[in-house]
Amino acid sequence: MKYHQPSSFADASAIAAGASGVTRYLAGGTDVLVQLRADLVTPDDLIDVKKIDGVHDIVRNSDDSWTIGVAVTGAEMSEHPALCQDWPGVVEAMDLIGSTQVQGRATLVGNLCNGSPAADSVPAMVAADISVTVIGPKGERTIKVEDMPTGPGRTVLEKGDIVTAVHVPSRGDNAGDAYLRFIPRTEMDIAVVGCAVNLRLDGDTITEARVSLGAVAPTVLLVQEAADAIIGTTLDDKALEALSKAAEAACNPINDKRGTIEFRVEVAGVLAKRAAKIAYARAKGKAV
Amino acid sequence: MALDKPGEDYEGRTSYTHVGTRVDRPDGLDKVTGRAKFGADAHAPGMLHGAIVRSPHAHAKILKIDTSKAEALAGVKAVVTRADFATGLEGEEWNVLENVMASDTALYDGHALAAIAATSSLIARDAVKLVEVEYELLPHVTDVDEAMKPDAPVIRAGQQSKLVPEGMHPNVVNYYEGGHGDMDAGFAEADLVIERHFTTEAAHQGYIEPHAALATLGADGKGELWCCTQGHFIVQKTCAALVGIDTSQLRVTASEIGGGFGGKTTVFLEPLALALSRKSNRPVKMVMSRSEILRATGPTSSASMDIKIGMTKDGRITAGKGVFRLQGGAFPDAPAGMAAECSFAPYNLNAVSIEGYEVMANRPKQAAYRAPGSPMAAFAVESVVDELCKALELDPIETRLKNASREGTKAAYGPTWDRIGLVECLEAAQAHPHMQAPLRESEGRGVAAGFWFNHGGETSVSLALSEDGTAQISVGTPDIGGSRASMALMAAEILGIEYENIRVTVADTATLGYNDVSHGSRVTYASGLATINAAKDAVGKLCDRAAQRWGIDPEAVIWEDGCAKPAGPNAGQFDPMPLKEITQRMGRTGGPISGHFEATPEGAGVSFGVHIVDAHVDRETGKTSIDRYTVIQDAGKAVHPTYVEGQFQGGAAQGIGWALNEEYVYGEDGRLQNTVFLDYRIPVASDLPMIDTVIVEVPNPGHPFGVRGVGETGICPPLAAIANAVSGAVGVRMTSLPMSPPKILKALKEQ
Ligand SMILES: Cc1cc2nc3c(=O)[nH]c(=O)nc-3n(C[C@H](O)[C@H](O)[C@H](O)COP(=O)(O)OP(=O)(O)OC[C@H]3O[C@@H](n4cnc5c(N)ncnc54)[C@H](O)[C@@H]3O)c2cc1C
Repeated sequence: MKYHQPSSFADASAIAAGASGVTRYLAGGTDVLVQLRADLVTPDDLIDVKKIDGVHDIVRNSDDSWTIGVAVTGAEMSEHPALCQDWPGVVEAMDLIGSTQVQGRATLVGNLCNGSPAADSVPAMVAADISVTVIGPKGERTIKVEDMPTGPGRTVLEKGDIVTAVHVPSRGDNAGDAYLRFIPRTEMDIAVVGCAVNLRLDGDTITEARVSLGAVAPTVLLVQEAADAIIGTTLDDKALEALSKAAEAACNPINDKRGTIEFRVEVAGVLAKRAAKIAYARAKGKAV
Repeated sequence: MALDKPGEDYEGRTSYTHVGTRVDRPDGLDKVTGRAKFGADAHAPGMLHGAIVRSPHAHAKILKIDTSKAEALAGVKAVVTRADFATGLEGEEWNVLENVMASDTALYDGHALAAIAATSSLIARDAVKLVEVEYELLPHVTDVDEAMKPDAPVIRAGQQSKLVPEGMHPNVVNYYEGGHGDMDAGFAEADLVIERHFTTEAAHQGYIEPHAALATLGADGKGELWCCTQGHFIVQKTCAALVGIDTSQLRVTASEIGGGFGGKTTVFLEPLALALSRKSNRPVKMVMSRSEILRATGPTSSASMDIKIGMTKDGRITAGKGVFRLQGGAFPDAPAGMAAECSFAPYNLNAVSIEGYEVMANRPKQAAYRAPGSPMAAFAVESVVDELCKALELDPIETRLKNASREGTKAAYGPTWDRIGLVECLEAAQAHPHMQAPLRESEGRGVAAGFWFNHGGETSVSLALSEDGTAQISVGTPDIGGSRASMALMAAEILGIEYENIRVTVADTATLGYNDVSHGSRVTYASGLATINAAKDAVGKLCDRAAQRWGIDPEAVIWEDGCAKPAGPNAGQFDPMPLKEITQRMGRTGGPISGHFEATPEGAGVSFGVHIVDAHVDRETGKTSIDRYTVIQDAGKAVHPTYVEGQFQGGAAQGIGWALNEEYVYGEDGRLQNTVFLDYRIPVASDLPMIDTVIVEVPNPGHPFGVRGVGETGICPPLAAIANAVSGAVGVRMTSLPMSPPKILKALKEQ
């Protein structure tokens, strides 16, 4: 195994493009090193991204959007009050990952690029309409998070591609987001179902919404029908019921050691309702 | 000393100086600073690292194992297969060897087929991937009920004991039967009879420390072994047999242990490391990964059970019948008999019938797990008792008191109880504020009793006095629950010196006589009894020396407050002679003073416990949270109350895991699906409430201080108590463990 520590994304991309065997980037390593130790993936080239300029920064741009570096950890996000204020759902999703120790290493980009359908931060990023910039042999491009995963363990990234930053839209007024996951324990578990809701209000009425589900299909889902169920409503019981039905209908899960199809579908509807209520309250300015 | 007649040993003291105090633990500093040496901390110059080739199939004939590519890899020093182990073994030794190294058939996913030693563990692991095994797949079965069906694949023919009723499938390898009274008359007397079927999944002991061993074995047949184990003497005996050397030529030292709970009472890596060392002529170290632990070390049995109980309107149990089928992996000895024996132990019954079936399946060989068999039996019986109480609108504790076993009650499995503490536990439960606390919405309260035999076993202890008046004690039972502190406290009580002046060491197999494993909740009882008697032996010698000095009869000297004293005015007028004064002169007055004791004490004294649980169920997701938990248990005499409480809490914590989320998930292919702690869901700290404890002390007649073992009973009631609480919260009787959210949600929907 060769370990690389490039100082620029261009170098990192070039190393990856020129490599012939199994290649992995090393952000927090909380997936890569675990897979290595378990003999699941033994990279021939391991490219550490943490020495590249700016990768540890959380930047608020002039238009109030955010740029988050590819090596920013979950703990650094949770400890950033302004980011928490703007995007509590994204931060809480990231914060659910692992333990205190894991939080000190794990990153959004690692969570996304590892490609797990159960990744916690991914539905929250999808609901928040977050995108990433990528450079590679074909140049630079921007990809929406919802377009990244193509199946369990797979993404649209090609040989030599590397994510260079995470771009979070400006929050704007009267808006809120939330993420909930179901696990049988209280922590240190993998989502059996995950659901993120991001919405904006005009008075009491929802004017914009994005609803995303994790762990209920081969990739994260952006569920337009679920958003439509609550747009134009005040999130009354009828709207919540419609939201729940739409979320259930979107599920295409599997039976596995973590949960049954029946269970995942049912709980997706429950979490959608609960997450929507939290996002709604946050949009109203309540601390939830 | 006559120990075969239990009841003769309790001294009836009313107060103690050291016993019952909460002194600092002797291993505390080592453990918090990292200085303590656990199994994987062992290191030897020039040592190699071992790795194991394991079957990916649940059941397959091994046609050929080709190790040539692995052997050719640079750094590989030795490869062993079954051919490198002893032949001609029988009984349990053969079973253990077959489990740690397959002969001609892989019997479960993870079954070891070969082991490799190399200069680094990475090389060893790479070499494992180069071993080519040709298999012929055989049909498999992992479920206990399926394994008993007529068309189930036969796992190993010829294993069936003569006790098994005729016509049963060869996978049923043993049968147990017990009980007394007229069952038909009993059920006829009942106003209500409830009969139900229950299942539990296998649960792993979940010790955090992995199995680890470091071994050397020379061509001269002399070996050294360091390992984490609950009993290094059984390791010595078993390993010597498996690698074909004399027992006394193998010295085994037990490391500090990071949890065992019964799972470290047998061997896995140890014989492989010895065989690899013999072949490579180098020390060999082996450490298991979590996935190897879950796939190939013993969890407890999974179980299928039928219970039928009759009760009168006023709450008298008229008859109880239980059938227990326990799956023990591809080997005999599932604790079906013990499940049956424990099942109705809390009840004084005129009519009771119990049956146990040991069943083989394509799973790893089950190993002991805290009170083997008892928790699942209690789950089944106590669930039905709870249901009867609910249906007849009876108080669950009052009803249990009405039917409780007490001194003189004849148990279903034969014995008549001596002094036992079940009634006292039930009364303590009744009086506990927990029983009066209001319940919130969607919360249920469950109560259950549990029982464990406790055990004595072969025991040997030596105590040596030092010239400065301090003492060192050598025990042969690894300290898995605070026994070093407890031994020192008990010895301090007898010797009359301070706790801090006593050091207790877990001696290796070369320095002490044979000791059974630290299991069966036996250590504080049996090693404790032996320690007390070894201390008394030393005290006798101390008195002799004082008598010598005073020129009086040894019988005229007594030992009190750490001093030799004349027995009375007639014995003469002498100032008390402190222990230190005697030991300072011991070299000149007859030589070193030591105390010894060896026996197989048999007065362990059974133990009962009662648990109270409040469980909340999220009715939309089926998720359970344990809101409040109280453990009440008879300890006989709590030598170190903090450790006793720790045992109570530990049993409850493990019971919560087993009841709610822990389970072995096998795929259609018979492979274990959840081989890491992420998916094998033991409770994390935040899953647990503060677990309250009440120590009841009804002295055990078989121990000088009245001690009863406390290590296992704590896991007997929780499955039942939690099931009763959850069933109350959801309004549906939950009969299958674990009560995972999908199962609860399904039950709610079917309501
Ligand atoms: C104990 C434990 C608990 C966990 N709990 C959770 C949990 O609750 N929820 C959850 O979702 N996950 C969980 N995880 C998984 C893991 O922590 C997360 O997926 C984490 O976000 C991964 O981030 P990382 O920085 O450590 O990624 P790494 O392991 O460094 O990398 C992961 C993947 O991303 C790729 N990658 C990294 N950076 C880039 C880049 N700049 N461009 C392109 N590809 C890149 C790597 O090649 C690799 O394939 C847990 C892991 C552990 C060990």
